[in-house]
Amino acid sequence: MYPAAFEYHAPASVREALGLLGQYKDDAKLLAGGHSLVPMMKLRLAQPKHLIDLKKIPGLSYIKEDGGAIAIGAMTTHWQVESSALLKQKCPVLSETAAVIGDPAVRNLGTIGGSLAHADPAADMPATIIAHGAEFVCEGPKGRRTVKVDDWFLGLMSTAVKEDELLVEVRVPLWAGKTGGAYLKFPHPASRFAVVGAAAVVTLDGAGKCTKAGVGITGAGIKAVRARDVEAGLVGKNLDQATIEAAAAKAAEGVDVQADLQGSVEYKSHLCRVFARRALEAAVKRARG
Amino acid sequence: MATVAEDRLFGKSIKRREDPRFITGRGQYVDDVKLPGMTYAAFVRSPHPHAVIKGIDASAARQVPGVIAVYTGEDVKVGGLPCGWMLPDIKVPPRPALASGKVRYVGEPVAIVVAESVYAAKDGAEAVRVDYQPLKATVNPKSAHDKGAPKLFDDIPDNQCFYWTIGDKAATEAAFKSAATVVRQPLVNQRLIPNAMEPRACVASFSPAMGDLTLWVTSQNPHVHRLLMAAFILGIPETKMRVIAPDVGGGFGSKIFVYNEEVVACWASKTLGRPVKWTAERRESFMNDAHGRDHVTEAEMAFDRDGKITGLRVKTHAALGAYLSTFAPLIPSFLYGPLLSGVYKIPVIFCEVWGMLTTTAPVDAYRGAGRPEATYLVERLMDRAADQLGVDPTELRRRNFIPKFTDGTPYQTPVAFAYDSGDYEPALRRALQMAGYDALRKEQELGRKQGRLIGIGVTTYIEACGPAPSAVAGSLGAGAGLWESGQVRVHPTGAVSVYTGSHSHGQGHETTFAQLVADELGIPMEQIDIVHGDTAQIPFGMGTYGSRSACVGGSAIFRSLEKVKEKGRKIAAHLLEAGEQDLVFEKGAWSVKGAPGKSKAWGEVALMAYLAHNIPQGMEPGLEATSFYDPTNFTFPFGAHVAVVEIDPDTGHVKILRYVAVDDVGRVINPMIVDGMVHGGIAQGVGQALWEHGIYGEDGQLVTGSMMDYALPKADQLPMYETDRTVTPSPVNPLGVKGAGETGTIASTPTIVNAVIDALSGQGVTHLDMPLTAEKVWKAAAASRK
Repeated sequence: MYPAAFEYHAPASVREALGLLGQYKDDAKLLAGGHSLVPMMKLRLAQPKHLIDLKKIPGLSYIKEDGGAIAIGAMTTHWQVESSALLKQKCPVLSETAAVIGDPAVRNLGTIGGSLAHADPAADMPATIIAHGAEFVCEGPKGRRTVKVDDWFLGLMSTAVKEDELLVEVRVPLWAGKTGGAYLKFPHPASRFAVVGAAAVVTLDGAGKCTKAGVGITGAGIKAVRARDVEAGLVGKNLDQATIEAAAAKAAEGVDVQADLQGSVEYKSHLCRVFARRALEAAVKRARG
Repeated sequence: MATVAEDRLFGKSIKRREDPRFITGRGQYVDDVKLPGMTYAAFVRSPHPHAVIKGIDASAARQVPGVIAVYTGEDVKVGGLPCGWMLPDIKVPPRPALASGKVRYVGEPVAIVVAESVYAAKDGAEAVRVDYQPLKATVNPKSAHDKGAPKLFDDIPDNQCFYWTIGDKAATEAAFKSAATVVRQPLVNQRLIPNAMEPRACVASFSPAMGDLTLWVTSQNPHVHRLLMAAFILGIPETKMRVIAPDVGGGFGSKIFVYNEEVVACWASKTLGRPVKWTAERRESFMNDAHGRDHVTEAEMAFDRDGKITGLRVKTHAALGAYLSTFAPLIPSFLYGPLLSGVYKIPVIFCEVWGMLTTTAPVDAYRGAGRPEATYLVERLMDRAADQLGVDPTELRRRNFIPKFTDGTPYQTPVAFAYDSGDYEPALRRALQMAGYDALRKEQELGRKQGRLIGIGVTTYIEACGPAPSAVAGSLGAGAGLWESGQVRVHPTGAVSVYTGSHSHGQGHETTFAQLVADELGIPMEQIDIVHGDTAQIPFGMGTYGSRSACVGGSAIFRSLEKVKEKGRKIAAHLLEAGEQDLVFEKGAWSVKGAPGKSKAWGEVALMAYLAHNIPQGMEPGLEATSFYDPTNFTFPFGAHVAVVEIDPDTGHVKILRYVAVDDVGRVINPMIVDGMVHGGIAQGVGQALWEHGIYGEDGQLVTGSMMDYALPKADQLPMYETDRTVTPSPVNPLGVKGAGETGTIASTPTIVNAVIDALSGQGVTHLDMPLTAEKVWKAAAASRK
């Protein structure tokens, strides 16, 4: 557990960090909470020549309401997300998802930006972020741009952030009306990562009909995905048990399910359906109040 | 804290004296040893399960800044690692300290890099180029036996190290011929990987000035380490070697053995004239610490018309790994076959074991060591039989229990063991009462109607602790005696140092043994020091394994306490001018019966023993005693465990709703410590039942080589345990104690599996091999629904 030699940089601003990134390019890695990168470095699976630590950059850690969305600074820790009074009130699923990441030590150091930029296929937060339809704010040499969550996860540990960019903020839109959500996972017995995790958010109108739905699935495939077929089975309908079950039955469609020690494709596909259903049941119950 | 013996401390839950230093980070572990001029070692390990080493190029590694030396198997001239237990006709393959010519498992050490820092050593190790010619792997003990399986050693046909049997073959065959019912079950007892909290580590320091070697090592038995290394590997007198096992963070068996790394570190220290430190990374522990279990078995039990067992037949292929670890042959033979009678009256048993080489890490003792494998087999068969015979599993067990024997007459099984004492029914009765068994069965029935999959599992087990006696062990192939030493040194103030050959790496000896001393000598625990883990201080010792510390090590101390007390009594009588027979010893002082004013405190007597101004004529000064206690037999704890589980039919997840354990470990010195051992043991056994599996792929790679993949049990996966004890004192030792370190592990594995299979019994499931992962359980439940 001793990493190969590297040079350590601690920029004091985003601009300075971007400068270093531009200078060292592929030889550099950005360090946020370090709970994914550092273990990989200690196993020498990652051997960056330059490590750019973002911790000393002020102003990247916050949770605030901003124009119909909750804006979360990329360096905000999982614990801050878990314990935020604002999130608990306005977007509790985010707090609840953060609360089941790793253990307290991981949550005290690991960050939402680091996790979403690392894009581990079994991470929890991606499912919830997808379900809510979040946006990602990246800053590069030419300024800031916004990426929609559906364009964010590109593949195995690969995202839309460009090599000269930094993820600086995650924006989670606030859903109006009678809204409820939930994130549930089947944890890996060893790592506690999601073998399969499903997040669901639904909004109901006065008559109880679903006006908006978001469902994200993590763990099963090479990347977290939106379960579009499930969502399609919900919107415009009264979310009774039969509707939920019929919609959740499509949860594995569009997921590139990977077999591993924790499950065959058949089993993991089944878990996608089970956890989508359970998350939906919980979300609907909450939306109904 | 009640540390003064106002009353006896035996049986009191005194808080562990060692814990404050552990929980405040003040323990002194091997990795905490810092010496001037220290160098650091890293090992180059084989990435292949089986390959010819065609060449090693260390030139680049030698250029890495800070690297002092790189040595390969060609350089390190020491004896191979010995095997300490022989069986008839066993073939013992040579086990070099560093691989030479060939590698035979992933992680086998190939070269050592010694450097000025750990970082330089790791960088150097990465720079060593080894040219391998890969060969085929063979990882399963059964298929390793097949014709055409890759051979690990040219001169060991069929990869078979030994074939061992116990019991009466002809009589067993006859019993099966006349059986009314035969229950058959193939079983796999999967490979486990120990994972003590503290990884293995060593610091070897050779003094060129004195010509002697000091080795700090994570060892459960420093004297055994010294003996094997001095006599068989390094070829130096014991007097030139000191082994210190300081605070050690858990062992579970894995730290009994002599490993490559400490051997090479000793040689390197002598060669370089500087101390060498090595601390395992967790992934190295996964690859190179001796693993446990790994049996593939076919078992059959015969019954008569009344549901009484008439015979048991077992065929086991046991993986030994690529080389024989220190006690490897013992585990699947004498610690396995003799346990097959369980707590049941079985007239005839025949067990055959094939000890097989596989291209995997060596397999040796892991908590329970052979007994869990035997108990799992017997207890699964009992449940299978109950199912087949249509009898309640508790009823079938009762019907076959060995009747109570507590008068000192042992019970002779057909497989060598003579149990010391036992009374099995009350433990089962108590466990069932605590669990509310009848109500549970009703609840289960009701639940089934609602689609709930609730299961109740029961195990009644026996365990064998404190392997003994030495003479018998020797006749069975042991390369060591099985006694223990205990030295009691009374200082002039009356304070006492106890030097014990037992080693504590989590067992709490500093507390338990002090309780014994406080009781016998009537002095506060604060005046008692328990010294262990240093060959320069302790006369000799066999160390800690097989739940032997209390029954063997504790008895040795007890004998010495009797001796110093006897001498103290003589001095007291002399000082009090009274006859010895007229003295009473109470609250740390001798007084004359009927003359309460006349007394001599323990400290006064001790002082006089050292002043020697006024001691009986002819008596030597000083007050200390050494005892070597060799028990006459094992002790045989037993008990009954009950688990209630519920399966989520959607996911196959097994939730443990309740866990009841009633154990009989004889008399209990410190109930809190025993509870802790039982709790930890249950967790470890549950781990095997549900999650843990050391998996080598068919390609020979270790698939579960990290905490990310190898699922150790976690607190939130376990219920609150409900525990109790029955007490059947052992007649074997003066303390009446048995052994508590492994009972939980032995009993809980079959208890949980029995419960899960019981939950699925409505679906027609009769057996699943461990671990009962969610997918496996889900598939079994789903398949039977179809």
